[in-house]
Amino acid sequence: MIRSITIQKSMDKLERLLEGSARIFIIGCGTCVTLTHTGGETETAAMADNLTKNGKLVTGRIVTPVACDNLSSEMLVSCQGQIRQADCLLVMTCAFGVQTIARQLMKLTIPALDTIFIGKETSVGRFDEICIQCGDCFIGETGGICPVTACHKGLVNGPCGGTNKGKCEIDMNKDCAWTSIYKRLMDLEHLDSMRKFHPPRSYHTEPKPGKWSLASIA
Amino acid sequence: MVSSFKEALESGKFVVTCEVAPPKGTNLNTMKHHIELLKDRVDAMNVTDHQSSVMRFPSLGGALLVKEMGGEPILQMTCRDRNRLAMQADLLFASSRGISNVLCLTGDAIVLGDHKQAKAVFDLDSSQLLYTVRQLEKGKDLGGNDLDGVPSFCAGAIVTPEADPLEPQLIKFEKKIEAGADFIQTQAVYDLDRFKSFMTYARQFQVKILAGIILLTSAPMARFMNNNIAGVNVPQDLIDELASAPKGKALAKGIEIAGRMIRRIQDENMCDGVHIMAIGKEEKTVDIMAAAGLER
Repeated sequence: MIRSITIQKSMDKLERLLEGSARIFIIGCGTCVTLTHTGGETETAAMADNLTKNGKLVTGRIVTPVACDNLSSEMLVSCQGQIRQADCLLVMTCAFGVQTIARQLMKLTIPALDTIFIGKETSVGRFDEICIQCGDCFIGETGGICPVTACHKGLVNGPCGGTNKGKCEIDMNKDCAWTSIYKRLMDLEHLDSMRKFHPPRSYHTEPKPGKWSLASIA
Repeated sequence: MVSSFKEALESGKFVVTCEVAPPKGTNLNTMKHHIELLKDRVDAMNVTDHQSSVMRFPSLGGALLVKEMGGEPILQMTCRDRNRLAMQADLLFASSRGISNVLCLTGDAIVLGDHKQAKAVFDLDSSQLLYTVRQLEKGKDLGGNDLDGVPSFCAGAIVTPEADPLEPQLIKFEKKIEAGADFIQTQAVYDLDRFKSFMTYARQFQVKILAGIILLTSAPMARFMNNNIAGVNVPQDLIDELASAPKGKALAKGIEIAGRMIRRIQDENMCDGVHIMAIGKEEKTVDIMAAAGLER
């Protein structure tokens, strides 16, 4: 399943963002941020304690089931008063959740987390970035491993000189994508696809901001 | 106009290139001193491009300085800091000012340098930059538009003969040749028997190969390179030899080792020449050449 991977902003940054807001309503999410322990029940409770200790008034908190879906009217009704009393919403979800909430509630919305990538849980408690939505999928020639994402430099013609015993020059805990691709293609007996030269890529796929409609609607 | 470096490569002589590093700042005195010292002793000098992702005076400016001082520059260009518009523009400018050798590199990662928060580019990779050079020479830019005035380059790239695993590196090496590399300067080699077996493979391609020689300055420096520089492998016997040097003589020992290696490469006709990298001690290039019997 696709997961938004988040880390909490530093308290210094949060203090700056919350400057001038005395009353705060906290929103967490029961999906990705619960899995990554950044915005579930425990973390929103800890944030409420922390803010209270720092002199803020927490008007209430809620953990929505899926913050990137629109908030249900039942939920909005149940928290209506607490939200109205607050100067701002401190949202402990990924940026999808923050933006969905910001669109729905006309209230100053402060993200408590940074979304670092959209990834996959590859083993218990470990998350890997596997697609950056580049709009020009390469993995048909790389054994299903994406070099645009998994190579730090996004190289599509093979490894750089920084490849080191199967690891990347930036971090020995990160695999060299091209060593992984090489091994996979060897196993698949398709190493020849690594020999194909890719001319300069087109970055003119779907220009930012992405917008797309079903043909039947357009 | 054919570059004098290209002529040297094609002459069949043992070619020697070295490295000069632009300064951090506007004081060009040390760089000028190195250029003056080396320009008539080597066939060409590489001007590094924000080496190790450390911001410096640009390689293009440094290459121009080499040219103005009567030397033969090899413009190093990495793909880390510029997109394809900027890279093509710099190639056109270089050519217009008589800089006719370019070394196409991917570039170290930003996070290894001194501007860790900067945005990396990598719009092109090293093989695509070579392809770009060859496209410009055909009178077309990467957008397919006609050029008014066409550049010409002797273009090169690098290979790491001691990469682990090696085969992916060799596949990339072959792509660089396919994309149009005239010459290859290798990452530092120390185990010459292993380098010989690399050359047995590399000889099948129409490309000139210059073996990379990095000056070892001490045993700790050699160990540091083994631990921190990808694809560099200083054998234990060389580290022991450096460690056995009397106090204050490790650098002299390193120069002796580099000279000995170059001499063997030349004597055994292993490849087409050497690329000497006396990182931070560029003036010692002269002593290394003397130790190798390459006085010019």
